Formats: sequence, C-alpha cells, structure tokens
Amino acid sequence: MSTITRDEVAHLAHLARLAVTDDELDTFAVQLDVILSSVASIADVAADDILPTTHAVPLTNVLRADEPGTSLNRDTVLLAAPAAEGGRFRVPRILDAQE
Amino acid sequence: MHPPSSMTPVAPQPDAATAPIAPRSFDQVIASYQPVIGLETHIELGTRTKMFCGCAAAFGDEPNTNICPVCLGLPGALPVANAAAVESAILIGLALNCSIASWCRFARKNYFYPDMPKNFQISQYDEPLCFDGWLDVRLPGDSVDIDGNVEQPSSVRIEIERVHMEEDTGKSLHVGGATGRIHGATHSLVDYNRAGIPLVEIVTKPITGTGERAPEVARAYATQLRDVIRALGVSDVRMEQGSMRCDVNTSLQPIGASEWGTRTETKNVNSLRSVERAVRSEMCRQAGVLDAGIRIVQETRHFHEDTGQTTSGRSKEEATDYRYFPEPDLVPLAPETAWVDSLRERLPELSAEKLARLQTEWGLTDKDMAAVLGAGAVQLIAATIAAGATAEVARKWWLGELARRANADGVELEGLAITPKQVAEVQQLVDRGSLNDKLARQAIEGVLAGEGEPGQVVAARGLEVVSDTDTLGAAVDAAIAANAEVAQKVRDGKVAAAGALVGAVMKTTKGQADAQTVCTLILERLSAS
Repeated sequence: MSTITRDEVAHLAHLARLAVTDDELDTFAVQLDVILSSVASIADVAADDILPTTHAVPLTNVLRADEPGTSLNRDTVLLAAPAAEGGRFRVPRILDAQE
Repeated sequence: MHPPSSMTPVAPQPDAATAPIAPRSFDQVIASYQPVIGLETHIELGTRTKMFCGCAAAFGDEPNTNICPVCLGLPGALPVANAAAVESAILIGLALNCSIASWCRFARKNYFYPDMPKNFQISQYDEPLCFDGWLDVRLPGDSVDIDGNVEQPSSVRIEIERVHMEEDTGKSLHVGGATGRIHGATHSLVDYNRAGIPLVEIVTKPITGTGERAPEVARAYATQLRDVIRALGVSDVRMEQGSMRCDVNTSLQPIGASEWGTRTETKNVNSLRSVERAVRSEMCRQAGVLDAGIRIVQETRHFHEDTGQTTSGRSKEEATDYRYFPEPDLVPLAPETAWVDSLRERLPELSAEKLARLQTEWGLTDKDMAAVLGAGAVQLIAATIAAGATAEVARKWWLGELARRANADGVELEGLAITPKQVAEVQQLVDRGSLNDKLARQAIEGVLAGEGEPGQVVAARGLEVVSDTDTLGAAVDAAIAANAEVAQKVRDGKVAAAGALVGAVMKTTKGQADAQTVCTLILERLSAS
C-alpha cells in the first residue's frame, strides 16, 4: 500500500486545526500508515459478492413527523458557552489578522 | 453543493487582477464571447420544525431560542430526518421532472466555521435525492431584429443536474468592524436558530448557447423556479428574507474556442432583478480581464446590490477540501415507488399547464404572458383578479404604473407596499366614476407611501373626481373666456379643438374634473352661442 507522506499529515493537521510539530509529522506519518494498511487488509477478503457496508444496521427511512419538540432554555445553554453576549454565542475573531 | 458564503472563511484577496481593468460593454462581450452560466439555488423549506430535530423552524424569533442538543451538536445527540422535509424535497424534484433516487445517503461536509457548532454540515454528496430533471423557461420576446421583426417569445429548457437536501447554518453578527463586515471585526456573535432548518439545493447543468440573452435567461429561470416552488406550497421562497438564495456561475468562452472558460461563482444575489444584473456585470468584468490578457481566477465573488458589481471573495483553488463521508448517524433514504407515486398525485397543476390555462382565461397574447412571467407578476395578477378586478385592469396596473415604481425603487413587485386587494379597490373607485386614471395613480402613490387604505388616501388627499355641473360650469366658462380663439374654432365646427379647452379645465381643477362632463359642458356652451 502507498505510504502516507509528511505533507499529507501536515495537510490533514491543518484541515483538522491541529498544531503538529515537525517531529510529530514523522511520528504520525508512520502511525497513520500502520492504520491505513491495517484497514486496507479488508480488501484481501472483500469479494465482488460482498456489498460495501455503510451502516451497522440495515435500516432505511427512519423519519420523524414534523412536530415541534422541546428546545433548550437559552440562558442554560449560554451558561455552558465559553462566552456569550446579547443572547448570542460570542466567538473570537473569525479571520486571522493577516488574512 | 457549495456552502453559503458565510460557511468558509473569506480571506480578502488583493483584487489587483480586476480592480484597474475597465469592464467591457455588454455589446463588446457579445461580439467576442459566448457565455456559459449555471445556477445553484438554495430553498429554505417551510416545515414547522428543523431538518433533524424538533426545534421550531421560524424566521425572526429571539436569538438562540430554537436550539437543542441536536442542532447544537452536543455530545451523544442523534439526528432524525424530518419526513415532511423529505417529502417536500421529493415534490420539488418531481415538479422539476427529476428522477427520484431509490436509495441515497446523507453525507458530512467537514469545515471549521462558527456558523455550524458541529464543525460539519449534514448534506448530500454523490447520492442526491433527485437528479436529471428540467424546467422549461419562457422568455419575453420584445427585442426587434435588424429587419424590424419583433422577436417571438421563446422557451429555453434548463437542465437540472440535481436536487439535494441539507441543513442551513447559523447567523453571525460581526462586531467591531467598520460596517458589520467580517473584515476588521474583533469578534462575532452567533445565533443558531437557523442552524438545522431544512434546505433544498437545486443545481442546473451548465446553460450554453443563450448568448446575449444569458442574463435574461438566468432571471427567467429563477423567477419560474420560485413560482413552481411557491405553487407546491413547500416554501415561501422570499429572496429578501433569504428563504431563496441564488448563486450564479458565469464563464466566457471566446467565440470559436472549443473549451469553456474558467468560471466564477457569484453569491449574495438577493433579488430576481439582481440575478440578471449579476450575470451581466460578471460577463462584462470577465471580458475586460480576458481582453487584457489576464486569466480568470476560479473564485467566489460577492454581488453588491448598490453598485451592481461583484468583488472577489476567497479563491476556491485553495479553500475546498471538505472530506465528505457518509453520515454515520443517519440511515439511508430509500423512497419506495408507492410513496413517490402518492407524492406525484399531490402535485398541484404544474406550471406549464397552469400558465397555459391562465393565459387563456386572462385573454393574453404569448407576448403579454411572457411579459407577465418576466415581471414575476402571475400570483399578484391572479390575486388582484380574485379581489374583483378584471384581467386586463390587473395586468395594466402591475405591468404599468407598479412595475415602473418597483423598478425605480429597485425592488420586486411583491416588495411594493401595496396588496392586490388594494389595487382592486382603487380600480373599483375608477369603475364607479369616483376616480379618473390620473387620480387613481395618485391614490396608488398614497397607498405606497403608507397613507392607508385607498379609501383613506382618497379622502385625505381630496382625490374625488368633480362631476358636479355647477362647479365645473364656472371652470368651463373661465376656460372659454381665456381661450377665445380656440373657442371660436369650436364654434366654427372644429370639435377636436375642444380638447385644448378640456385641458385648460383639467389644469384649473388639478386633474379632478370628470373629463366627459367637461367636454359635454363645453360643447353645449359653444354650440348654443
């Protein structure tokens, strides 16, 4: 199987907003490679007559009626937020200063 | 498939490639390029509750009052799809002549942005609920070719690529910047009431070969799509409130070239009129860039209602890597044939047939009907007729005086502060002889200015027609005295000259005289003497 590169790890880390050090790039590249090749071994037993499984339970059309349920109390919810202002969630600046 | 503009951080791009380059005129664009356009339209469904939880799907409620563990993405919360939303999406697919998937899944679209607390949006990726449809769009035929022939109304078939389901995002308020914009903001405040409201996204295939009519085709498509969805009753489809949002893709292909040009995606297009303006302005901008020998950057652009221009958003080349994967918390949708068939039976009279029927009922030519469609006035005219006006009169008001006002104010017809019932009431005053055309226009103006119901405006402004012969007699005598030469011509048998005297009386009575009565009085006096 293909080997995962440092660049790929760095890209994934960026997408996941994880700060990864230079040394960790090497460590994770090796570890992710082990995971990927382990999972890839499924391909050895998967044959054309075995359909891909995307869900553990073979159900379809689990739907609910369009009827209102109970929403949470706003003040209670906002207590759990790191910061709130005027009934809204307060979040840090979205764009970096240099963007 | 692409998120609303608010979803992905918008980094300001130096607009160096475009700012100094003057756009081409539309005629210059058409001389050298063939436009290719495409539309991605988001429709917020009018269900009572959200897509995956029982929170109210309401517009304008106090911030963060319709939120729960599911739409906040709290640990352990599990989404369950709203049956009414799924049915609405299938109805839209059927109305757009789509195939309905026998089996499809939801997918997670991963991105970090505070408008989705889960850090992903539940959408659909490679398995849309509905696909491969079409909508026939009628165009008004008002242009005249070089031989002086009036071009006939025509129809363009817009191919629909897909119709899929997803959930809406929260709303952010940016604080600390100059104008409430994200740039320069110190922090943002988020309201999750809208997060999780069901959305349907309708994506066209690329629309080619429409040439100079591309902007008009884009608007006609959006107008007709809105009308179809409104007829289904699954959304209120109001662009100014954001329950219908159009993203417009535009590219230019040099005439004679075999490949399409690079496309841009214009967001923030908030009215039907702006759909047309956005395509037109983006075509002119791209032609200016291409003619200067610079390549078009594939990017998101933002339309500005005030200037009618677009500016650069983020560059798409670097930004999109959403790592879609099947949503593990939801089971697949597999609409059985019987279910789809029962929905098909619920379809209202579909657009094309309904329009043909209305055209016959209203006695309109193809050209008149196309103009009504182009103005988005079908429902307004129907409602005005229902309120008691004739078809001819309803059409005259909405496509005449009211269309002029809407155009001048830069709003849609339905955005005007007058209801079909009020228009019908003004017309009833005309029919009763209380108002003439000029006074009726003033009454309409008063209603638009918020002065109340037509009756109140007429009373407050003193708009009643004067047909009292004593009052008018004095004005007629004065007009004859002041225009002796004209009066003599009438006495000599040139009855047409009386028009000038009628005009004089109208002027002294500020347009409130009943013209027929005035004319009779003049002729009586001048033939008797």
